[in-house]
Amino acid sequence: MIEIDDLAGMLGTLCPMFVLVDGGGRIAQVGPTLQKLRPDQPMPGKDFLEVFELVRLRKVSTLAALLSLAGAKLHLRIKGEPHTALKGLIAPLPNGQGAVINLSFGISILDAVRDYALTSADFSGTDLAIELLYLVEAKSAAMEASRSLNLRLQGAMLAAEEQAYTDMLTGLKNRRAMDVLLGHLASGDAPFALMHLDLDFFKSVNDRYGHAAGDYVLQQAACIMVEETRNDDTVARVGGDEFVIIFKHLIDESVLSAIASRLIDRLRQPMIFEGSVCQISASIGTALSTQFQAPKAAEILNAADQALYEAKRMGRSRHCLYSSFLGQRVQSAQSQASPH
Amino acid sequence: MHGLINRAVQSFVSATYGQSCWMRVTDAADLGFTEFEAMLVYDDAMTTRVLDALCAELKRPRAEILEDLGTYLVSHPNMEDLRRLLRFGGDTYVEFLHSLDDLSDRVRLAVSDLRLPLLELREVSSSEYHLHCYSGLPGYASVMVGVLRAVADDYGALAFLTHEGQQGEVEVITIALVESAFSAGRNFDLGARKP
Repeated sequence: MIEIDDLAGMLGTLCPMFVLVDGGGRIAQVGPTLQKLRPDQPMPGKDFLEVFELVRLRKVSTLAALLSLAGAKLHLRIKGEPHTALKGLIAPLPNGQGAVINLSFGISILDAVRDYALTSADFSGTDLAIELLYLVEAKSAAMEASRSLNLRLQGAMLAAEEQAYTDMLTGLKNRRAMDVLLGHLASGDAPFALMHLDLDFFKSVNDRYGHAAGDYVLQQAACIMVEETRNDDTVARVGGDEFVIIFKHLIDESVLSAIASRLIDRLRQPMIFEGSVCQISASIGTALSTQFQAPKAAEILNAADQALYEAKRMGRSRHCLYSSFLGQRVQSAQSQASPH
Repeated sequence: MHGLINRAVQSFVSATYGQSCWMRVTDAADLGFTEFEAMLVYDDAMTTRVLDALCAELKRPRAEILEDLGTYLVSHPNMEDLRRLLRFGGDTYVEFLHSLDDLSDRVRLAVSDLRLPLLELREVSSSEYHLHCYSGLPGYASVMVGVLRAVADDYGALAFLTHEGQQGEVEVITIALVESAFSAGRNFDLGARKP
């Protein structure tokens, strides 16, 4: 029969957080790592339930009650600060000699190694504690690297999205952005107006003075359109010298006509590029969402397009508002004009 | 090549020779970018071009530079996380040497797609060890020489290391341990966590 002291010696090697209690529930011996949690208060001699409390079974107050839990997983806490949580397993000794209770930190191990300055020597060689700590650190480092990559990718994605919706030459929105916004507006309830603006004589500027002059003129025209519209309005360059301006919540024909006149007036002012005088103008067609029962994006674009066609037909530098009568006339004019 | 390895080279060059040197190297290697991402995988040829460009820039042999890289990985404050992970290998330098057998498995537990070549420690006597580095990552043995030398300092051990070169299918590093507690070494606090 193994002596109690021999047993304690073996346990100290195999499970350095053991507690050996005698038949009266008093602590006979504890493992070195467990004693390290309360270095100034020797545990042997005290009642087990004086040093530890059971977390889920608070009513257990005698050794007999504790022994009835043999084989079950115990949740305990060491009394006093810090309140380290422990897991435990109890095995009774034969002949009512008491019991062996093996404790471990469970998930509280991260705090425990810090709070008690534990080292790898405090864990048995078969304990996975050190591997767990290693994994936590290694995974945290890997996670941190992934997180920083995610943040950079997110930044790059936002920049790319912004770029995808921007006309790089003028800084205006591009066709794609306009399509998205128009689709959105068409499916909503808010009324809006859509202007289709086409620069007149732009091609001749390009042909006479070169692309640099053409680019300059486009940038100046973009500036004028941004200046003559509200911050909430959307100005998009949808083709070489074609622009669309969307006015949300604005369907007042006289206001829109006034804006169109100002745009045309300003765009007709000569622009000077490296000493050359570039003269352009603009024709504008406007359609209102309220001119349709259930406006569709393509329908409104087409209506503004027809009004623009009419403005050009009337001799450029004009603004024309769409009407359903105009729609029919333009359609018949177009079908007559293109018999082939 | 895993981004972590490329990133290690980048970090080493920037910290040791300056950001401008790294810029010249990425330029000469024709990378098309200047920052490796630690968690992406790159074409092996890129790493080779970077190392070639670095040798040309520094006018030093590759093995020597890779040894310095190994030392950097353990001893530079930038790499404190990695030093700690290595110190989990054991309480003494000899225990650490034995833990190298598991190094590639440990690395794979942390980053599943980072595959490092197998290492095998042979104990010749209590003061002499041979480390066999299997193939799979050219230059790995040179980096390990730097790592082992710096880790010895970290544990306070006095050891002499020799890169014996290729012997059959492995590269061999000889570790002559003169004194395992030569100096105090650096502290390793198991519970130290970043704020």
